[in-house]
Amino acid sequence: MLSCKQASQMMSQKLDRPLSTRERTALWLHLSMCSGCRKYNEQMKFMRKVFMRLKE
Amino acid sequence: MNTDTNPNLAAGAALWLDEAAIGILRQDLLRFARMQLRDPAAAEDVVQEALSAAYATREHFNGQAQVKTWVFSILRNKILDQIRFGVRHPTQSLTREDGSDEDVESQFDEHGYWHKERRPSRWGDPEETLANEQFWRILEICLHAMPENIARVFTMREMLDLETNEICEQLAISESNCWVILHRARSRLRLCLENNWVRSEQTSC
Repeated sequence: MLSCKQASQMMSQKLDRPLSTRERTALWLHLSMCSGCRKYNEQMKFMRKVFMRLKE
Repeated sequence: MNTDTNPNLAAGAALWLDEAAIGILRQDLLRFARMQLRDPAAAEDVVQEALSAAYATREHFNGQAQVKTWVFSILRNKILDQIRFGVRHPTQSLTREDGSDEDVESQFDEHGYWHKERRPSRWGDPEETLANEQFWRILEICLHAMPENIARVFTMREMLDLETNEICEQLAISESNCWVILHRARSRLRLCLENNWVRSEQTSC
């Protein structure tokens, strides 16, 4: 079981490299049980959008 | 002044932009440059260079919609050149521990779970946030608050759109180190936005 700290690292790396099947499963499992990390995940996606918008 | 290299005098050119459009584009370019170069004068210079270079090659555009994309790609390359130069003349070590991750670390308890009161909160509607001028000002402040060595990796990834293998080649660091640095950068930026944008919005309503 991932800790939130490990999950946050994985959510960041997801933006830089493809996660392995094992990593994706572990992250999915963690997110299904952790509302804090689900919000963190949304915020990571939002930040990517912010920098896309800057260049549009 | 030579009008061939001065985009500000180019209102008449069919494939170029009118003065109002140039003004808006210039603000977007400046913000983009300032977030990465930190020196407002250097940002002004590089934006002026990019606009001049784009104007000099204006006959290659198929229409005004392309102008912005074109100028941005020139600006990206110019900023990348400056970063490459800076890497060869470093003022800060990339791997030096600056002890500034305490705020990020203290969000978690000893088992690595969020402290209850520091758990990420719900951010508002993304489109509303993106349309808010104050948000962009805070974002710029948050980026500048990051140590330069971390911010550099982050902006190469998110603003210059380099892949991590290209970044680690440019900066001579390992790819896994690059992922670690990017995570630190995102965590810090997230926390800074949460503290200075999200919480201030919530208390003002």
